[in-house]
Amino acid sequence: MERSLNYGGTDDLILEATELRLGLPGSDGHEKQSPATANHVMRNNKRAAPQGMSEEPRFKRISNESDIASNGDPDCEPPAKAQVVGWPPIRSYRRNSFQQKKSTDQDDGAGMYVKVSMDGAPYLRKVDLKFYKSYPDLLKALENMFKFAVGEYSEREGYNGSDFAPTYEDKDGDWMLVGDVPWDMFVSSCKRLRIMKGSEARGLGCL
Amino acid sequence: MNYFPDEVLEHVFDFVASHRDRNAVSLVCRLWHRVERLSRQRVFVGNCYALSPEILIARFPGLKSLTLKGKPHFADFNLVPHDWGGYVQPWIEALSNSRIGLEELRLKRMVVSDESLELLSRSFANFKSLVLVSCEGFTTVGLAAIAANCRFLRELDLQENEIDDHSGHWLSCFPDSCTSLISLNFALPLETLQNILMRAPQLVDLGTGSYIHDPDSETYNKLKHTILKCKSIRNLSGFLEVAPRCLPAIYPICLNLTSLNLSYAAGIHGSELVKLIRRCAKLQRLWILDCIGDKGLEVVASTCKELQELRVFPSDVLGVGHAAVTENGLVAISAGCPKLHSLLYFCQQMTNAALIVVAKNCPNFIRFRLCILEPTKPDPVTMQPLDDGFGAIVQSCKHLRRLSLSGLLTDRVFLYIGMYAEQLEMLSVAFAGDSDKGMLYVLNGCKKLRKLEIRDCPYGDKALLTDVGKYETMRSLWMSSCEVTLGGCKTLAKEMPRLNVEIINEHDQMEIGSEEQRVEKMYLYRTLVGPRKDAPEFVWTL
Repeated sequence: MERSLNYGGTDDLILEATELRLGLPGSDGHEKQSPATANHVMRNNKRAAPQGMSEEPRFKRISNESDIASNGDPDCEPPAKAQVVGWPPIRSYRRNSFQQKKSTDQDDGAGMYVKVSMDGAPYLRKVDLKFYKSYPDLLKALENMFKFAVGEYSEREGYNGSDFAPTYEDKDGDWMLVGDVPWDMFVSSCKRLRIMKGSEARGLGCL
Repeated sequence: MNYFPDEVLEHVFDFVASHRDRNAVSLVCRLWHRVERLSRQRVFVGNCYALSPEILIARFPGLKSLTLKGKPHFADFNLVPHDWGGYVQPWIEALSNSRIGLEELRLKRMVVSDESLELLSRSFANFKSLVLVSCEGFTTVGLAAIAANCRFLRELDLQENEIDDHSGHWLSCFPDSCTSLISLNFALPLETLQNILMRAPQLVDLGTGSYIHDPDSETYNKLKHTILKCKSIRNLSGFLEVAPRCLPAIYPICLNLTSLNLSYAAGIHGSELVKLIRRCAKLQRLWILDCIGDKGLEVVASTCKELQELRVFPSDVLGVGHAAVTENGLVAISAGCPKLHSLLYFCQQMTNAALIVVAKNCPNFIRFRLCILEPTKPDPVTMQPLDDGFGAIVQSCKHLRRLSLSGLLTDRVFLYIGMYAEQLEMLSVAFAGDSDKGMLYVLNGCKKLRKLEIRDCPYGDKALLTDVGKYETMRSLWMSSCEVTLGGCKTLAKEMPRLNVEIINEHDQMEIGSEEQRVEKMYLYRTLVGPRKDAPEFVWTL
């Protein structure tokens, strides 16, 4: 069915404005009619706010950034970077998978809760690295948890006098001996712990 | 044509494949309508509430493949309440009670229960293909029924569904030899990946789940060897957790890959991504995260000359952070990938100049979806709205069917769209325009418009009511956080009885119900079957 183009009131949009050239805007020296900037008044949310409205702040149409020549237009407030519902438009499935990734990243990067495995143990445990103040603190806790003893640490020989060696995986994915670096550096780079046992552990001691 | 026996007509119609064309064929005359409908095997229903299962079954007794879509698109972004509707159960029940030999079911944004999946798995002996995209309501129990009962299953494609239980045990319900299985597109946990690959070495599409951290482990080595045997894999996705050093396991199949989805692999840094992509010269489809950066996109542009579809997703959704990709990455892609026709691009900023260049480089866009992360952001160089940039896109891309806008936009961009976007079927608008004129330009100008979805724009009753007949030519219209009022919607519903005008009312506003009250969410669609009977309390069909 025929429908006529009904632009009704094109006085504020002169025909030349509809001419598209593949060139940069404004390059024809033609006076650009005042763009949306000054006209972008903050939308007032004159909406009857019902009881029990969700906490999400209403998104207000952002007027252009304050450095636009809005001539001190009092209606133009600095943009409110509120969390907008449904923006950016990605599926919840994807959004949730990022949030999970973020929280595991935070765990690993900040060295908070990390997994601890012990060779031969049926299941892993988790410890909060932030809970401990120093290596002896942590090692004692691990000893209690898994019922073993680590032996004496020395920089030269690692852990002496024991079948066990505490190791950790750092941010680069390498397995390091616990105790070599300053405690704070350890906490921030430790992703997981592994108590090595037997020949592997003794091998470390003989380096 | 009346001189030809039906069989000849049917044979001719066999060459007419697309839904649109077949629909057109069926309108020519009664004879053609009858021959067409009796021979039609594939049916696409874009809105499950536009008709009933009974109508479908009566018209197409030879149905083998059904595509059904349920919730409105913005439901993907949490704008539609949970129990709005879109249940597949009535469809599966009706189909299973009929003589239809269903072989393929493709669902998008529908509620699928375990009961539905079980019924499906038991009802159709020749069932071959199940595709679920952005669906919810089922668990691995339902999937186990499919795996166990559908003996001829060739394709199981699960994308971005909300599945309640993620245990992999249901995968063991597949028979020992899945020689029919060609496509398994979902996150397969590593242990089962091995297993499946051995049972179905002819797999073409493969999704991976959690990956491994340690390249020296035995699992990794086993995987490496198994992958070497899967020369047929063309489509790879997943990598939810992966240590970059383990990526080399898939290098052997990179050269054959035509489709790669790394958009969940937040653990892979730009440089590793680039190393991987350099090996994938035959890629036609790439889904990636913006941490690849503009530089990474330049590598894509120089390597993937066959690229047709690119999606760049944001890796940091919680904040507007570091500059991940900008207009420069897009310009590079447009210059290097001449076959590009589908784009979804989330970026920090865009300029008119860049869009004009992209329009010149790629006049073949069919889908162009640009999302500038900060709403109403102008061109950062000129501080102008992006009207001219998008205008260049619609003027240059004469086959454009889908467009999503973002950034600072005035009514002018809609004038351009109305004038130039002659093939446009779907338009998504957010935080744009100045007045009702914007919406009117589009409704008047885009003759092929089928879906229009608008949020947070200043369009009111005048825009809504100026041309009510238009909506019967469209599948649906969504408007949320605009200026339409209850009175306006009521008027529309009264004038157009063959539309369902639904008001989604989450806060019991309608009890107060004054005609001037703004409607928060309105969804209208054409239908043959009147108001739906499964609408929840908070949905009011006017």
